[in-house]
Amino acid sequence: MSEMKVSAAPESTGAESVGGAERTQMQMILSRFLRHRAAMISLVVLVLIALTAFIGPLFWKWGHTIHLDIPPNQPPSADHPLGTTTAGHDVLGQLMRGAQQTLKVAFTVSIMGTVIGSLWGAAAGYYGGRVDAIMMRVVDVFMIVPLLVMVSAVAGNAQAGTTWYAVAFIIGFFSWAQIARVVRGVVLSLREQEFVEAARAAGASPGWIIVRHLLPNAAGPIIVAATLLIAVAILLEAGMSFLQFGIQPPDISLGQMINDARTAAATRPWLFYPPGVLLVVICLTINFIGDGLRDALDPRQTMVRR
Amino acid sequence: MLVYTVRRVLSSIPILILASVLTFVLIDVSGDPLSDLRMQQPPPDPSVIQLAEERLYLDRSMPERYWLWMTGIGGHGDIGLLQGKFGPSTQSTTYDIGENLMMRLGTTLRLVGAAMVFAFGLAVIAGVVSAMRQYSKLDYSLTFIGFLALAMPVFWFAGIIQQAGVGFNELAGSMVFATIGDGQFQAQGLDFWGQIGNTFKYMTLPTIVLMLTSFASWSRYQRTSMLEVLNSDYVRLARAKGLPNRVVIRRHALRTALIPLTTVVAVGVAGVIDGAILTERVFQWRGLGEFFITAVEKNDSYALMAWLLLSGTMVIVANLIADLLYGVLDPRIRYE
Repeated sequence: MSEMKVSAAPESTGAESVGGAERTQMQMILSRFLRHRAAMISLVVLVLIALTAFIGPLFWKWGHTIHLDIPPNQPPSADHPLGTTTAGHDVLGQLMRGAQQTLKVAFTVSIMGTVIGSLWGAAAGYYGGRVDAIMMRVVDVFMIVPLLVMVSAVAGNAQAGTTWYAVAFIIGFFSWAQIARVVRGVVLSLREQEFVEAARAAGASPGWIIVRHLLPNAAGPIIVAATLLIAVAILLEAGMSFLQFGIQPPDISLGQMINDARTAAATRPWLFYPPGVLLVVICLTINFIGDGLRDALDPRQTMVRR
Repeated sequence: MLVYTVRRVLSSIPILILASVLTFVLIDVSGDPLSDLRMQQPPPDPSVIQLAEERLYLDRSMPERYWLWMTGIGGHGDIGLLQGKFGPSTQSTTYDIGENLMMRLGTTLRLVGAAMVFAFGLAVIAGVVSAMRQYSKLDYSLTFIGFLALAMPVFWFAGIIQQAGVGFNELAGSMVFATIGDGQFQAQGLDFWGQIGNTFKYMTLPTIVLMLTSFASWSRYQRTSMLEVLNSDYVRLARAKGLPNRVVIRRHALRTALIPLTTVVAVGVAGVIDGAILTERVFQWRGLGEFFITAVEKNDSYALMAWLLLSGTMVIVANLIADLLYGVLDPRIRYE
């Protein structure tokens, strides 16, 4: 991903050097992103959450599984800062493990969806004509089936949604259609430009042109879409786990924690609120980062402010 | 217009067929409808399993089964989509998939319809207001609410709203909002006003939950497109010739600004159906959501297929309506 971005710089600035200033496109993008306050704060918060989720369990005395020394059903105390469940889990341990699984699933989905989606969309846009029509009908098919329904159907039917990577694989397989549409749109305009013609004249194969010339130039929209896909994947995974078709016990995910505490929101709020708040915070930060990236990579098109 | 409509309907048939092949293969490959039976302790007689396999047509190959599911030719008379039969169920020999699906369709359509109508209306109002007062406090708060709503898991929000409903009922000392059930049973034998009261009681909270996500994303779109229109030349002209602000906004700006939103709403139907499943689960409605969850849990592949086909059709119909609305809203578009 980062390699793509770097190789994009010389190609798109090569034609017209930017105002004589000695700043590469990369630096300009970076400075625009750094100036986006909400996105920077979000990035810091997200990194902190990720660090806690991945490193925290190594230091915290309780894991995410049932332990005999854990008193059941305790409200938050010094020993268990977020309380315990009826079965004898430490909620903080569960929360860290849940966030870890959520982030692993979401990033895997994002990478998988981005790779499939951008290759598919770029191929459709580059070849055009009948190939494009057929490939985009396939995208339509993936767009008309409600995502959560489809992934739950496959995962629940398979009864193999035990592991995080099975869940990630299933979600990734179904969530690339949006990116394919975005990339196709960009490629449709890129392929008419001279550098593509030059590459073709130099004898480059279509695969080479797509991977080395078209995709790097579409890196901006792709990165933004990939970021937003992370948030989509998080909510999908949480929904799946809430319906009990996602990550299965004894492993834990945030959606599963909410499902377990569904009837306990009033009586034992320490079970119900932390996983939900954490989900909201993660998705919120990712959406803000995506917003900041959009402003930085593509200043012409902004959703929030004009 | 009529020719265009017919052509659109015809062109969506291949997509539906392709979607049905894809889902059929995936559901077939991913699970075994008889896994519960096979896992039974003590193990059932092989002849029992064989009978069940024959009943569910599992003794045939997958392409054969797809053909059978589609046409019903060579089946036992309980399968064949083109004959209006959805196939045998794993849940029991007498369980009729089509009948159950139709029974629950009304319940869910009521919720989805109400949520979409309210989300659309409020999104238009919120989008227009924040575009007209760009960078005001109101605009910023609406933007923040939008971001927050987009990050909110539907089922968690549903839990909070449910709790709020319970709390409100306790405060009011009577059951103003029902927090459990869809109210279909309670509606029996009520007069007209009773029906309305009952509907309000049972539908308010789930509708608020389901409309939140759609409202958030649609109001963002509406704000963007409204801003674009407000800064355009023809709106400036309308103001210059002295039209009152209300007329400019309603007759000139809003009508154009609504056009992009129709597409977004149509695409959003799939998301609302997703949300409806989660909402129904929390509020314990007996709608399509419960049908779906049971079907997945029981590995009921024909019931799942029927469900997916129904939701796919709903999304396609919504897209068709959006395309036709485009022509009504935008006089520049003419369908030949």
